Order: sequence, then C-alpha cells, then structure tokens
Amino acid sequence: MDRSQVQSKMQDLLVDELGLDASKINDSATFEEDLEVDSLGVVELLMALEDEFGVRIPDEEAENITSVGEAVNLVIAKLG
Amino acid sequence: MRPEDRRVVVTGIGAITPLGHTVRETWEALLAGRSGIGPITQFDPVNVATSFAGEVRGWDPESVIIKREARRLDRSAQLFIGAAQQALDDAGLDFVEDESDSDRAGVIVGSGLGGMLSFDTQLKVMISRGARRISPLAVTMIIPNEAAGVASIRFNMRGPVTCVVTACAASANAIGDAAEIIRRGAADVMLAGGAEATICEFGIGAFNRSRALSTRNDDPRRASRPFDLNRDGFVMSEGGACVILEDRKRALARGARVYGEVVGYGMTSDAYHVTLPRPGGSGAAKSMKAALEDAGLNPGQLDYINAHGTSTKANDVTETMAIKHALGENAARSVPVSSTKSMTGHLMGGAGAIESIFCLLAMVSGVLPPTINYETPDPDCDLDYVPNEAREARVEYSMTNSFGFGGHNVSLIFGPADA
Repeated sequence: MDRSQVQSKMQDLLVDELGLDASKINDSATFEEDLEVDSLGVVELLMALEDEFGVRIPDEEAENITSVGEAVNLVIAKLG
Repeated sequence: MRPEDRRVVVTGIGAITPLGHTVRETWEALLAGRSGIGPITQFDPVNVATSFAGEVRGWDPESVIIKREARRLDRSAQLFIGAAQQALDDAGLDFVEDESDSDRAGVIVGSGLGGMLSFDTQLKVMISRGARRISPLAVTMIIPNEAAGVASIRFNMRGPVTCVVTACAASANAIGDAAEIIRRGAADVMLAGGAEATICEFGIGAFNRSRALSTRNDDPRRASRPFDLNRDGFVMSEGGACVILEDRKRALARGARVYGEVVGYGMTSDAYHVTLPRPGGSGAAKSMKAALEDAGLNPGQLDYINAHGTSTKANDVTETMAIKHALGENAARSVPVSSTKSMTGHLMGGAGAIESIFCLLAMVSGVLPPTINYETPDPDCDLDYVPNEAREARVEYSMTNSFGFGGHNVSLIFGPADA
C-alpha cells in the first residue's frame, strides 16, 4: 500500500469516524490545534487505524503522534 | 407561601418522549389517550422476557448536536441535550450569546442508570475483543453526570452543576433541588430535568430479573395499565425532559412566559426495602405532606395529582393508600389522580421531569391527561384515576409523585403563574 492510499484511508476515517471537515485535513495539520481533536479523539483514530490496516500501535508510540502526517508515517512503518 | 424575594417559576419546557419529539406532540398524544409503547426495535429481544418498550423513534440526534459531538454522547445524554435545547429556546435564554449571567445559571440532571447503552456496548467489545479495544470515550459516556457536564459546556452555564441519581425519582429531585438552589440565592436560572435510555438486552434483562417489568408481550399498547386490577408491571421507556427554573423577579423583569411556580418540595425515604414500597405507604405519604407543608397548602387545595402510578402491583396500591393517608379520605376521594405512564411508559430518570411538565400543562390548558387502559377496577385502588379520557378541569395547584428503587419518595407541587 503506498502513501497516497494510506492518506486517503486516513482522510476517510477522520471524516466518517470523527466527523471532521475534509477540507482541513492535510499532512501538516495538527490534531489538537488545527483539527481540534482532543487526546481521546486521537486514541479513537489510532484504534480505527489498527482495525483498518491490521496493525498494532502501542500506547507509548501513540503518545508521540501530533499530526496527520505523523500518523500516516507510523502506519506505513507498521505495514513495513 | 415563599417569601416574595426568592420565588421560583418555570419559564421553559422541553421533552423528547415515545409520544413525540417535542412537548407539543407529546401533550397532544397524551390528551388523545395514545400509547407510545410498541415492540422493541433497538435490539433483538429474543433472549429477554419482555419484548416491548417505549422507544423514541425517528429522532435524529444530529438535528440538534453536530455529528462529531453527538457520537461522543450516550443516547441518554443526547436525549437530555435535545430536550434542554428545546427548553432554553422556549424560555428565550441563551448564555452563549449573552454571557453576563452565565455564572448565575446552573444545571441539575437526574439519571437512573447513566450511560447503560454505552456500558452494554463496551462490555460486549471487551468480552469479544479484549480490554484494549474499549473506547477511550467509554468512561465519559457511562458516568451518570455526563449530561450535566455536557449541558454546562454546550449552554455555557457556569454556576451550580450537578447530577442526582435516585433511580426513578431522580429528575423530580433534580427539579426540587434546583428550585432550592435558586431559593437560597446560589443561582438565578437552573436547567433541571432528566433522561434515560436503557432499552438494551442488559437493561430489559436486568429489570425482568428484578420482577418489575410487564410481560404482556401479546398486547404492548395495553401493557401499562396503572391502577387496573390486571396490571403486571411497569413498561420501560426512554426519553428526556427538562424545565427552566428561574427566579420569579428575574422572569417577570424580562417579560418571560411563566408556566407556573414551584411551590412545594417534599422528600423522604422509606428506610424499608430497596425495591418494595413500605406497606401502607407511610414514606410516600410523608413526602406528600412535606410538599404540602412547604407550599403552605391544605390537602383540599390540590386540584390534580400526577401519580407515580407505575402499573406494578405494589406501587399502585401503596400509592393509593399513601394519597389517602397524606390528604385524608375526603380530599383524596375528590382529587383527580392520573398516571400518564399508561401512555408514556416509565421514563425512569426522566419521569419526574416529564410528569412535572404534564402538571404545568394541565394547569395552563385546563385539561387533565387520563389514565388509559383502565378497564377492571382494583378494589384496593379506589380513587378517581381520570379513566381513559382526558377531562377538562380548572387546575390551580397540582402535585406529582416520583418514587425510586432505594426507597426514595419525592413530591413536587406547582402553583399558578399569576399568584
């Protein structure tokens, strides 16, 4: 799966699961400030990513995720 | 009568019930004697003894709450917020728009079981997929005070905000306690009410096992039959109901529409048994007497009682005895007593609030809602239950009773707007 496919899935999850505005979502968008997603929302997103991509994201790695791009990179790294 | 300086009036009402998505729809159905009870659609009730309930059908939470917020709320909190928005709009109050009185505005929400649907869902997730799959929102969706906190945030009400958890008496307590907060000067406006949403396998199954629910599965609309000889238990419903309480001087100064005044609040405990009422109903009678005393009224001045009237064997006969005990035989026999649970079913944590609204509307409109499904009189229930058809009547003072598992007894008395 290439980066654009992961980005596209990520966008779908943010819109469908968290109810975000698609126009605000890009790699550099930060969850807390740009997208107004709180820490609980980030945990929800990571759980949805685990289900969507069949990967496991340990809590200690999840804590470092602050932007959409970082989340995409993490998923790609996990997919190996 | 209360001293002139701190009297409490109702200036807004809101409700979402099995009979309608607004107070108006609910009230019209009530006066038409319609039942809001039907087969359960929210889950497959194949494994539980009762297959019907009072569901709120076709209500879209996103009509009130944006999707990204709605999905974070348990259904009980969604229903409360929906009803609360109606009540605030009805009162013409908006503390987001005008923050000047936000610190003087508070919230009390009554709840029986908190976020039971979320608990049911998340427990199943944990059992099937492990504790790591529990939603990060589970805690906030299950705590019974979720609706109170979210209402405070959404409506920018920053004064006293709390939650009462006294089972089926909860939202009557919420209104009584909120009125007391205004009376003592700690707030000028209170959003007070309750909500419940427990129509899931665990909720129905658990109440079945406590032997409280009707199992008249072949005839759901006729299952809630308070005071009828053939009653066999209460009918679980869901919904939210809310009133705006306001310092009377403030309400009059801004020219608010006033539905009525909270004139009496009584609260006692049976100290007897967690589910059964104390035989003879002395606890409930003392609650009614306390409310009458608080209001400074004689029993004969009550023009209408909205009974707790659950349609359980024990409640209806005990409440009848309690009314006689509290009012005396003569006043008890002359006052109309109806149970609107015959139509709404039992909103549990929302019951006290919706039934308070019915008392206020009976006063405003001069019509008493009936007790439907009243067919075979029970010799032990021998009051005027306003059987089957709404009745015109002049109502100056009305009382509602709410009793809860645990032994809680609560009575509220409402008086006229222009006293």
